[in-house]
Amino acid sequence: MNRNIMKLGVVLVVLYVALFAKLNWIQVVDKNSLDSNPLNTAQVRRDFNRPRGTILTADGTVIAQSVANPDTNSEFKRMRVYPEGELFGQTTGYFSFRYGSSGLERQYNDELSGSTFDQQVKSFGDLFVARENVGNVSLSLRKDIQETARTQLGNREGSVVALDPRTGAILGFWSWPSYDPNTVSSLDKTVAETSWKFLNAAPGVPMRAHFYQDRYFPGSTFKVVTSGIGLQTGKVTNTEPVYPFTNGYTPEGTNKPIMNFGGETCGGTLPEILRVSCNSSFAQMGAETIGAVDMVAGAGSFGFNATVPIDMPEPVKSVFPTNVGNNQAKLAMSSIGQNDVQATPLEIAMVAGAIANGGVIMKPHLLFEVRNVQGDVVSSYAPSKWLTPLSSSSAATLFDDMVGVVKGGTATGMAIQGCTVGGKTGTAQLGTDPPKSHTWIMGFAGPPGKPPTVAVAVVVLNQSGGSEATGGRVAAPIAKAVLQTALAAQGGC
Amino acid sequence: MTVVIVCAAYVLASLGSDSRIPANIIPFLIAVIALFMGAHFAVRKLAPGADPILLPTVTLLNGLGYVVIAGLNEKLAAAQATWTAIAIVGFVFTLWWVKRPRDLERYRYTFALVGIGLLLLPLVPGLGYDAGSGSKIWVKLGPINFQPGEIAKVALAIFFAAYLADQRELIATSQWKIGPLRLPHPKYLGPVLIAWGVTLLVMFYQKDLGSSLLFFALFLVMIWVATQRTSFLVIGGGLFAAGAVFAWRTLDHVKVRVDIWLDPWKTPSGNGYQIIQGMFAMAFGGLTGTGLGRGGDTRIPAAENDFIFAVIAEELGLVGGALIIIAYLLVIGSGLRIAADTDQVFDKLLATGFTLLLGLQAFIIVAGVLRLLPLTGVALPFISYGGSSLVMNYVILALLLRISDQTSKRAMNRAAAEVAA
Repeated sequence: MNRNIMKLGVVLVVLYVALFAKLNWIQVVDKNSLDSNPLNTAQVRRDFNRPRGTILTADGTVIAQSVANPDTNSEFKRMRVYPEGELFGQTTGYFSFRYGSSGLERQYNDELSGSTFDQQVKSFGDLFVARENVGNVSLSLRKDIQETARTQLGNREGSVVALDPRTGAILGFWSWPSYDPNTVSSLDKTVAETSWKFLNAAPGVPMRAHFYQDRYFPGSTFKVVTSGIGLQTGKVTNTEPVYPFTNGYTPEGTNKPIMNFGGETCGGTLPEILRVSCNSSFAQMGAETIGAVDMVAGAGSFGFNATVPIDMPEPVKSVFPTNVGNNQAKLAMSSIGQNDVQATPLEIAMVAGAIANGGVIMKPHLLFEVRNVQGDVVSSYAPSKWLTPLSSSSAATLFDDMVGVVKGGTATGMAIQGCTVGGKTGTAQLGTDPPKSHTWIMGFAGPPGKPPTVAVAVVVLNQSGGSEATGGRVAAPIAKAVLQTALAAQGGC
Repeated sequence: MTVVIVCAAYVLASLGSDSRIPANIIPFLIAVIALFMGAHFAVRKLAPGADPILLPTVTLLNGLGYVVIAGLNEKLAAAQATWTAIAIVGFVFTLWWVKRPRDLERYRYTFALVGIGLLLLPLVPGLGYDAGSGSKIWVKLGPINFQPGEIAKVALAIFFAAYLADQRELIATSQWKIGPLRLPHPKYLGPVLIAWGVTLLVMFYQKDLGSSLLFFALFLVMIWVATQRTSFLVIGGGLFAAGAVFAWRTLDHVKVRVDIWLDPWKTPSGNGYQIIQGMFAMAFGGLTGTGLGRGGDTRIPAAENDFIFAVIAEELGLVGGALIIIAYLLVIGSGLRIAADTDQVFDKLLATGFTLLLGLQAFIIVAGVLRLLPLTGVALPFISYGGSSLVMNYVILALLLRISDQTSKRAMNRAAAEVAA
């Protein structure tokens, strides 16, 4: 009988080895495909039932928090609410049971849920104390600046970006149309699904954070980049070259001139052509003075064709065409921000920031610091350089030239009493009839004699008209109000 | 040692599920230590020569099961704690009461009747009911609900061990020639076949597939071990295959189970839901798991019962799942060694039967959860939530230890006699 008992033992061992093999298959080999199965909500469900930290603005407003679910029968113990609704919708993103997460909810998921390595190590000492191990994330973003931007832009489509050029800290991040993340994050399946469908079909794609996820023709704001490249390569100074006074520029290899607006005549040295935003001169500067190689490299040094190292998910690249080598017409058009040049509002604000910050572009970021529930700082953001497109002397020259544009050029609408303000307008014609344009303004402001403390970019889409003045008229008041709010928060000029 | 592991696990589980040390940790510690120490000393006193591996291994399984249940549902955990206490009392009582396993042999027909009676009990109108699983295997007697099938298993295993110990020579040598086949004579197989038939009929009627499979395998293996005639396995295997195909063709609930097993993804939110959620949970656990109390996937239906293995594999990962598998192999190894060591035929058959009950039941449910076999709802021995199963498994444990103790006692007596001579 013992022989049969032994055989039985062997059979059972074989059966259990089969169990172990299958367990390996599920937990190791097949893990990734099971984890990523769309039917699998294990990760989100777990996140939903665990405590999750709060997201706060620099001026102390709660913009995302977890509260107890009033429906005690629900499978979710907590729900996520966004007290400010659409005002911060595109930055916080949503935290949805059905659709996962976006924006800062996604970017700082580990910090908010308390699962970064630092947080885990610190919480180890709390083994015998009852407390929630989550992180509260505070931002550099300010509610007062957001509100100013929202009021100023109104129901026009567009974006407003304000940042501190010295650190890269983003102070204002607004675009319209925006959306209220409370809808998509609803635990009510019907509410979540209906609003998801609605928002995805809505004109203007409200759930996309336009200020860094959409790109537009930058128009004449790009002339600042062209000027910067000219100065940095030494091919352009404030006195040389002197561009011919003309009403249009005809690039080599074509007989179609690039006309100045309304056939006006302009030309001269850099400060002068920048002040009046002279198309013919800048087209010639890009195409002849600087040339394709330096234009492409220079645009790259300003952050074009590169992924922005911002602490938000899925940023969109700004683009400058790299195939302009044998195409003078294309190069000329690109040099004035038309043709295939496209920039995000964030990129244009960073260009303004580079000139304000001695030629250095800091990495843009929203995070200020993460604190635990007791209020101790777990981690804080350390500013760092991203790009250095200009030497400090090139930056200083361009700085003065841009201040000149506000003092007596196209951007006078941005001037603030008692502050040093520099800027540049832009009107990117869309080639429609009747003429419509994306109207831009970019610039910086700060106390006189000191480095500027705020850089700004504003774009208002699809405005009637196509003159250079359009940008100044439409976008300048928005930029001015935002600069004033930001400067007031910093203690004035 | 295992007591310490269980207590530490309990603390971690509570931390994991709501980030606090359980308020009732001191009473819990005392209760756990008292219970398992009580069991341990009972063994030392009542069966000092018994196998030293079984009880600690079972303690670990039982404790781990409790910790996981506590992470899922505190109310169930309280009930499970009570059942554990009752089970351990039952364990000590069995050790004390059954001094010699042979005493049980005498009551074989009583056990047979009790076993079959218990199996039929849920079919009595007014007594039996379906707790929601689709299987009518519960009985309500006043305030007590229990699964008589769990008790029947033990009773019938005893009956079969006794019957086969008696008749095995006859059965083994009997010949019944049909053409080239040499089969055991039907005369000797009568009682076995009747009991087997009744069991299967009842089980099919109660729609409890897992238990049917378990009973079937129990009888088949016990006859095979007793008579050492492989023809039983062949005939039995054939019967089983025919029965399985027949059941799959004709019984809807069997067809549903098989369909789910073949492709659960066809009905991910319907019939396939449970097995798919179980696989998601296990995959999510990965190599090292989410941590005790941090899985607690309440989405899996019957997470504290049939699917508790999936929860353990989620919370403790592959490491934890492997630990459970190894623990059951230890139980199987110890049980079969007890069976092999004893020279009493009845003891040998009983130990084999009991070990098979534990080992195969664990295999059937884990294989179901892992989609290695069609899922059949049986409890994971010592781990799953459930009173009847836990108590009866401890009774099985007590009897195994008793057999083991008897064997070593006899060996010592022999040694003493040799020395004296």
